[in-house]
Order: sequence, then structure tokens, then C-alpha cells
Amino acid sequence: MTQLIYLTVLLPLAGFLINGIFGSRIKNEKIIGWLGSGTIGVSFLIVVGAFFETIALPTDQRQHIVTLFNWLSVGSLNVSIAYQVDQLSLTMALIVTGVGFIIHVYSIGYMHGDKGFWRFFAYLNLFIFAMMNLILADNFVLLFLGWEGVGLCSYLLIGFWYDRKFEKGTTGDAAKKAFIVNRIGDFGFLLGMFLIFLTFNSLNFNEVFTRANALNISTTVYSFIALFLFIGATGKSAQIPLFVWLPDAMAGPTPVSALIHAATMVTAGVYMVARCSIIFASAPAIMTVVAVIGLLTALFAATIGLVQNDIKKVLAYSTVSQLGYMFLAMGVGAFSAGIFHVMTHAFFKALLFLGAGSVIHGMHDEQNIQKYGGLKKYMPTTYKTFLVAAIAISGIPPLAGFFSKDEILWSAYANAGFIYWFIGVVTALLTAFYMFRLLNLTFEGKHRFDEHHVHPHESPKLMTIPLIVLAVLSVVGGFIGIPEIFSGEHGNNFHSWLAPIFSDSQIRLAQYGSHTHFEEILLMVISVVGAASSIYLARYIYLKNQKVAEHTASKFKGIYKILLNKYYVDEAYNKAIIQPIFRTSESLLWKITDVKLIDGLVNGTASLVELVSGKVRKIQTGVAQTYAVVMMLGIVAALFWIIFSL
Amino acid sequence: MENNLLITYLLFIPLAGALLLLLFPKGKESSIRVFGLIVSLAAFVLSLIVYFKFDPANAGFQFTQKFIWVEKLNVSYFVGIDGLSLVLVLLTTFLTPLTLLSSWKGIQKNVKEFTFFMLMLEVGMLGVFVSLDLFLFYIFWEAMLIPMYFIIGIWGGPKRIYASVKFFIYTMFGSLLMLVAIIWLAVYASGPLGVFSTNLLDLYQVGPTIAKQIQFWMFAAFAFSFAIKVPLFPLHTWLPDAHVEAPTAGSVILAGVLLKMGTYGLIRFCLPLFPQAAIAFAPYISVLAVIGIIYGALVAMVQKDMKKLVSYSSVSHLGFVVLGIFAMTQQSMQGAIIQMVNHGLSTGALFLLVGIVYERTHSREIADYGGIAKVVPLFSVAFMVASLSSIGLPGLNGFIGEFLILIGSFKSGVLNSWWFTAFAASGVIFAAVYMLWMYQRVVFGEYHATPKLEHLTDLNAREMIVLIPIFIFIVWIGIYPGTFLKLTDAVSASIIHQVTTASSSILLK
Repeated sequence: MTQLIYLTVLLPLAGFLINGIFGSRIKNEKIIGWLGSGTIGVSFLIVVGAFFETIALPTDQRQHIVTLFNWLSVGSLNVSIAYQVDQLSLTMALIVTGVGFIIHVYSIGYMHGDKGFWRFFAYLNLFIFAMMNLILADNFVLLFLGWEGVGLCSYLLIGFWYDRKFEKGTTGDAAKKAFIVNRIGDFGFLLGMFLIFLTFNSLNFNEVFTRANALNISTTVYSFIALFLFIGATGKSAQIPLFVWLPDAMAGPTPVSALIHAATMVTAGVYMVARCSIIFASAPAIMTVVAVIGLLTALFAATIGLVQNDIKKVLAYSTVSQLGYMFLAMGVGAFSAGIFHVMTHAFFKALLFLGAGSVIHGMHDEQNIQKYGGLKKYMPTTYKTFLVAAIAISGIPPLAGFFSKDEILWSAYANAGFIYWFIGVVTALLTAFYMFRLLNLTFEGKHRFDEHHVHPHESPKLMTIPLIVLAVLSVVGGFIGIPEIFSGEHGNNFHSWLAPIFSDSQIRLAQYGSHTHFEEILLMVISVVGAASSIYLARYIYLKNQKVAEHTASKFKGIYKILLNKYYVDEAYNKAIIQPIFRTSESLLWKITDVKLIDGLVNGTASLVELVSGKVRKIQTGVAQTYAVVMMLGIVAALFWIIFSL
Repeated sequence: MENNLLITYLLFIPLAGALLLLLFPKGKESSIRVFGLIVSLAAFVLSLIVYFKFDPANAGFQFTQKFIWVEKLNVSYFVGIDGLSLVLVLLTTFLTPLTLLSSWKGIQKNVKEFTFFMLMLEVGMLGVFVSLDLFLFYIFWEAMLIPMYFIIGIWGGPKRIYASVKFFIYTMFGSLLMLVAIIWLAVYASGPLGVFSTNLLDLYQVGPTIAKQIQFWMFAAFAFSFAIKVPLFPLHTWLPDAHVEAPTAGSVILAGVLLKMGTYGLIRFCLPLFPQAAIAFAPYISVLAVIGIIYGALVAMVQKDMKKLVSYSSVSHLGFVVLGIFAMTQQSMQGAIIQMVNHGLSTGALFLLVGIVYERTHSREIADYGGIAKVVPLFSVAFMVASLSSIGLPGLNGFIGEFLILIGSFKSGVLNSWWFTAFAASGVIFAAVYMLWMYQRVVFGEYHATPKLEHLTDLNAREMIVLIPIFIFIVWIGIYPGTFLKLTDAVSASIIHQVTTASSSILLK
């Protein structure tokens, strides 16, 4: 199976081509949908096979490279279309194909009846194709192909309903914004790649990382490389300052939000940092930058999430916030904890989005949670699974989110210090609060919609079964990474699986401080109790005493308004960057420099000549053809003169 | 070896075709069209034969043919190709039949003259790429101006006279400087060689011996002429006018091949003939190239006319090519050469697509469009692929060129600074802005059947036949660039070697 890993790339590509070329003629949704899902399902099975093959091998033989062909070979630059199977890429591949398959199946139900059904599945398969390239690549350039490819699919899928309005503009605006903001990050990623090539004279992972481990290279160079790569990550994974595209990405169909903008693509930045852990570990200053940006993003996005009323917006900011946790993990050197959170987050966040999709589906495209209420009796399965996901993300044991989040918080405390832990916990409390605000406003209490026009209903089985599967994963998914203090001798399975990938960077990083088990348990208890209180508070406010919410909102009107408007970041970017660039380009560059200055000079020269030659005006017929002929004759005459004067 | 007729046949086919065309009676439009197409296809087939016979490992000129032409001046008819010429010859013979086919409906007036000029243009362009004698080169270089001038001037838009005169004067001005330089060079050669010479291979030996001070002037004269053609900022203002006024076929050839004559000239003449000057000038020209990348992109962003937008994007893309040339590393040079082809394909496709909707709606104003994905799905897909190719999406051709140029310039010993690459790379952001914004405004959004848009129909079979070959190469170069890169491997190495050995004081990585 390991040798067949390239099929996990080619099958989705085939799915894309078949549905993309023939989809409009197939017309049968079942064929299109199951073809699209089938390619991903088979890919998943191949990955599972490869996983079992790999885990049966001794630890030091778990890396395989499957080369297809030489791609780009110029001078010392030499990269192939080659796929690397190892612990890290297998973990990611399991998530992407596994969760991807579930979401594909869900989409058959969700997109039923859409006139772009075939196009949707074509794009979705193209996305998996790009994503698999991203995580399986054995070199930076192929990773970048996947990296840009997922960005393209994100663009196509955000703008999927291209004729619809979205907020102040259209879905096209949101799509374009996503692509361009990502490109800003890609600019950083490119520079990082160039500097890597200059420093290590290679762009293959194995060569680069081996040399990084062996060579003595200055911290400054490492810092620049790490910084550039991290800029790329902030774009793809929606961190400060480039997070602005993700909330707008919600313009796409909800399964897209679940697959691309929650479970898989947005974690690509985390994966990339983990992949390059040796480089980051060699740049301590940038590690701090990563941790701080992650932490601030987590907090910042969570505060915005508190007051949003669009169900998908809340989840979008929640995703930004959770991604912040993952970068916090990276920044404090807890690489495998970060990847662990990538996995658990994929389960519960995909579930939350699909649940939201089920609600939106049942509520005739209404997305405002203020217009929901009491939906649990209409949509029991959606409600129950949503509740599981909400508990999981809030970090209540023993659900998946608890283990991964707690490990990150513990590492933050142990490796970076109290304040990192503290802000992390505050964010966790906010998370629990906004999640249960959302849950209560949606499913509990009295309904606030117009019963005569809206008839909420549970979604079909094709949609609820994926919810149930994800709910199960959200419950048990954390068990593979039970911390050492609970599991005793076995240690943390997830850790020991990934450990070889990060062993070099762990050596390079300062060793973990020695903390007692007592501390770890104490901190754990604090965060769990905090989260539980938060949930209770949200329940109290939004179920029993909504006045409190209104009262608080009016009392802190200023803050509320700032949060509701997302700190005006979009507006600030628009005023400070976008508008000036457009104005300069339009007036200074185009209308002044090009038209007035340069053309003025050119045309001025022409008129000057005309002025001077006023006396010989008669031969100036104004017919350009004549000029051309005269010029040619002139050249010929000049040539003859030269020839015969020699 | 010195008398291989292959290249001469290549020039002869379109020339003879053009002359035979004159014998056709007026009014036989369709047979004229078919004949023109057959001739251009024959030239393409012959260029493929050249390709298959070509030995990529050999950096020297192949299929050379030489005979004395003007004995008194020691001027010879001397032609031959290396890898650099070959890719551009292939691009020319590939695009010409496609443009003829694309004009099937768009050109109704003076079909005979149009086809004649297109074929003559092909002769001129091919001649430029295969000439190994400067005198011969200059004749082709100038001769090719005339058909282009008429194509814009006769079949162009409302401001065609202004545009064609501007085009003519701009390029003529540069050419005259080059002529002076060629004459000076030929005279100078009579010193070391004992005989007046315009033979490029002789001059390659002689050029680097010219005193540095004079080399600078020679370089400047040549480079100025080529820079206008490229066009390099700030000599670019003829381009948007020429493009907007030119008929579709003219725009495609202009962007696809004509501009490449400038960058070809820089590689073929400026670098190896005046190596010390080239290295001394490299940072300055690269600054202009980088300004062009950003400037072209920013100005493209605010255009309201699709053709103007695409033509400003050319200024940006050609800036990449010039940067790649003057960074003088193996990667950047090969990147620059492949990027010439890429630009020909992607911008050619974009001009064809704009031309296709223009034929139906008679508007190129972006604001006149919106939501057309609904009525022209095939067009929308084609437009998307061409746009993505133009913005350098990995997996398509544009990425290969840009990536090689950037990674090569980053480690360039000649430029010796990150800043060139850092600023140039910002061009990838702006490219996404202007292309996707245009795409969004034209294709996405709500569709309204305004009087202009109600006649919009999707691509027909003929248009698909024109576009599909281009798209095949867009994907081919993106996924398996080796086919093309191997052609330019040896020649790039040899040109860089020529420059660096001649000015060994500067170390190159």
C-alpha cells in the first residue's frame, strides 16, 4: 500500500477530471456524488493500509519515498514529483482522506438539487488532490504546488455560488480576498524557499533537514527562513495579521467550510511548521514570535466569537482561535501536541460545521442564530452531535478536545511560562462560553422564527450519519493521545508515533523543564473547572436570563460594538493599504506617469520635431505610410553610403 | 555543416506562401484563408522536424548555412539555431497558424492583404531568431516592423493611426541607435580580424576586447533598442496603445513573439558581445525590470479595458524575463527563456479570449460584463485557466518560469542582493489582484442580458481548436517542463560562461 500512495493523489485527480469534463452531461447526482466520494474513500483505504504497513516496521525504517518523475531540474535545483510516506504525512493523510470522505458523503445530501452539483464534486476532488500533494510532498516546491492548489480550490469553492450576494458584496469578493491574502503569505513562503535553497543548496526535505541538523549555520539565517515560512503559514492558517479572509470564506457552501476552512486546508500552515521543525527549533526568537502570534490570535478571535450572530461566523472565528492554539503549540516546541490538536480539531470542528450546515439546511438558508431557538426537538440528531462537539471543543474530559488542548496548555506552561498558559486558559473559557451561547441560542429555549414560513426538519440520513461518525470520533479521538500521567508506562501513543519526526528539533530545543505531576494535574483541573463554569454561565445567560446579555451589551456598548465589528480590522486594512494602493496606481502611476509624463515626453518630442521642421511642412503629408517608406529609404541610403565609402 | 538548408526552407515557406498569395484573385476569401493556414502549418511542421533533429547537448549553432552576400562588406547570409532560437522559432510557428485561424471571422476586410502581412511577419520574426549575421539580423528586425505597422494601421481599432505611428516611431528610434552600433562594431572588428565583419561568431570573439568605456556605449545602444521592444519601464507606453488598437491576431503576435525579440536580443547580443558592460549595467537594468514588474501590475490593476489590462500585465511579466536575464544564473536564464514562451502562451490565450468576446459584444470594457459564467461556461473555464497560467499557479506553465527566475536571481552573484527578488516576488501578489479582479467582474456576479451581452455565445468549435493546443502546452510546461528546459540548458550555460569568463573579476555562484 505504501508503494501505491501516489494513487491517493491520482484518484482524486481522476475524479476531478471525470466530473469536471463529463459531469454536466452525467446529470445523475448519485453517480457524480458517489464517484467523487468513492475516489476519496479508496484513497482513505490506501492510507490506512500504508499506515498499518508503516507501524509494523521498526521506528527507524518508517520513512518511504515514492518517486513518480523528475519535475524541475535546472543547475543544482532538482525536484521531483515524489511522495514521502512517514509518520507525520500519514497522520495528516488519514485526517484529510478520512474526514474528507465523510464530508464528501455529507455533501451528496447537502448539495442535492443544486444546479452546480457536478461542479461542486469536481472542485472538492481537486481540493483533495492538491491537499494530498501538500502533505505528501517530499520537497518544498511540490508542497508549494499543493499549497497554491488548495488556495485555488478554496477560491473556486468560496465563489461557488458566484451569482449570490454576500454581506456587502458578492461571493466573488470573498473568494478573491481569500486568494489574495493567501498570496501575501505565499510571498513570504517563496522567499523562505529561496533562502533555504541559497543556504542548503537543495529543496528536498530530507537533504535540507539533514543539512540543517549537521551544518553550522548562523541563527540569523535560520531566523529569516523561519520568519518567511511563518508568514506563509499566517496566510494559509489565518493567523494575525492575515486572518481576515477566513471569516469571509464562509460565503462558500457549508461542507466547504467544514472540509477546507476548518478541518484540513487551514491546518496546512501548522503542518508546514511541524515539517520544518528543525528550522524553527534553530531560531528561538522566531519560535517566540510563533507562540505569541498564535496565542494572540487565539484570544483575539475568541473575543470576536463571543458576539457574532451568524452561526458560521462564530464557527469561523472559533477556527481562527483554535488554529492559534496549534501555533502556540508549535511556538513552544510541542510539535506533536500541535498535530494532535490538528486531528481532534478536524473531528469536532468538521462536526460543528456540518451540524451548522444541517441547521441551515433545515432552516431554509437562515444563518442568524437570533432567529433560531428551540431546534432540538426538530433536529434531535443534529442537536446531540452538535452538543458532543461543543463539549469536545470546550475541553471537558474525556472528549477529544480535552486531551489535545490540555497538552498544548501544559507545554505552554512548561516551556514558555505562566502567562502563556494563563492567556491560553482564558481563551479556553471564552471558547466554552461562545460555543454554548451558540448551542443554547440555536437549539434550546423558545423558537424565535416565524412558524408559518419556516418549518425546521431533520436532515436526511446521508447527512446525519456523517454527523454521528464524527461525533464518535470527537468522543474517542483523544484516547490515542492520553498523557503519560494517566496512561502510565505506555506513554503517550500519539507522541511516540510522531517522536522520530521531531527528535532532532527536540534535541536542538532546550530540554523541557522539570515539572511535577502535581502541577500538571493542578493546571488541568483549573482549566476544566473554568470551562465548565463558562458553559454554565452561557447556559444561565442565554437560557434563563437573556436580559443579562442585553444588559451587558448595552453597558459595555463601546466594547460590544468593537467586537461586533471585529475590531474594524477589515476597515483599517482597506483605509491604510488597499485604498492608497489603488489611488496611487490610478492617478500617480497611470494617469500622471504613464499618460502625462512619459507619453507627454514622447508626443512632445514629436511635436517639437514638427515645430522645427515647420519650413519643410510640405513634405509632411501626415500620412504615416509615407513616413515609413521615407524611413526605409533613408536606412537603405545610409547603408549604401557606408558600403561605397569604404 | 555550413550548408544546411533546413533553416532557409523554414524562412522560405512563409515567404513563398505570402508571394503566391498575391496571385489569388480578390474575392476568394475562403481559399485565401485556407491557403494561408496551410502555409503556416507547413512552417510549423518543418520547425518540428528541426526540433527532432536538434541536438540539445550541443551549445553551439546548428543547421547553419552561410554564403557571402555582400562581398565588399564581408556580409553574409548566415543562419542557424541554438536552443534559445529553437524555442522561439517553435513559438512563432506554433502561434502563427493559430492566429490565422482565430481571425477567420474577425477579419473580413482585405483578407488577402491581411494574410499576406501575417505571413511576411512570420518571415521577419523567424529571420530575427535565426540570423547569425548582424546585418541580416538588422534587415529582418526592420522588415518585420512594416507588416506589423500595417496590421495595426489597417485592421486596428478607432485610434489605430495614432497607435501604429507611435509603435513605429518608438521602435524605429531604438533601431537607428542599434544600426549605428552595428556599423561601429563591424568597423571595429576590422582591427583584430583584419576585415570588416558582421558575422556574429567573429564578433563574439571581438566584442569582449573592446575597451570598457566604449563597450558601455555599444551596450547602451543595443540595449536601448531591445528595451523598447521588450518593453522595459519606462519605454513601455507604446505597448498598451498598440495592443488596444491592434486586431486580435496582431495582439497575439505582438505579445506572443514580437516582445520576445527584445529579450532575445538582450541574450543573444548584449550579454555575450559586451560582457563587462552587461555585468556593470545588470543592477541598473534589473532595477528597471523590477520597477516594471510592480508598476505594470499596479497600473494593470486600475484598467477598465480588458485588453489594456492584459497589455500592462505584459509589462509586468516581461520585467520578470529581463530580471532573469541580467541575474545571469543557470536557473534565472533558463527561467527567463521558458518564461518568454510562457508569456506567449498565456497572454496569447488571454488576447484570444478577449478577442472572442469582443467579436460578439463589441466591448472590451470590464464594466459592460458580469456573471457571464452562466451563459458561456466553456469560455469561463478557458478564461480561468489562462488567468491562472498568467498569475503563475504551480502546475501550470507560468509558475515554472517565475519560480526559476526568482530563485535564480535570489542567489545571483551579479546582482548580489536579495532586494531584487524580494520586490519582484511581490509581483505575484499583484498579479493575483488584477487578474482575479478582472475575472470576478467579468465572469462572476449576477448576469443581466443587457443589449451588449444578449448576443454572447459560448466558444465554437473553431475557437476551441485555436485554444486547446495552447492549453495543452500550458499544462505540459507546468507539469513536465523538462521537455523544454533541456533545449535551453546548454545554451544558457554557455552564454553565462561567455559573460563570466570575459569579465572574470566578478565571481558567480
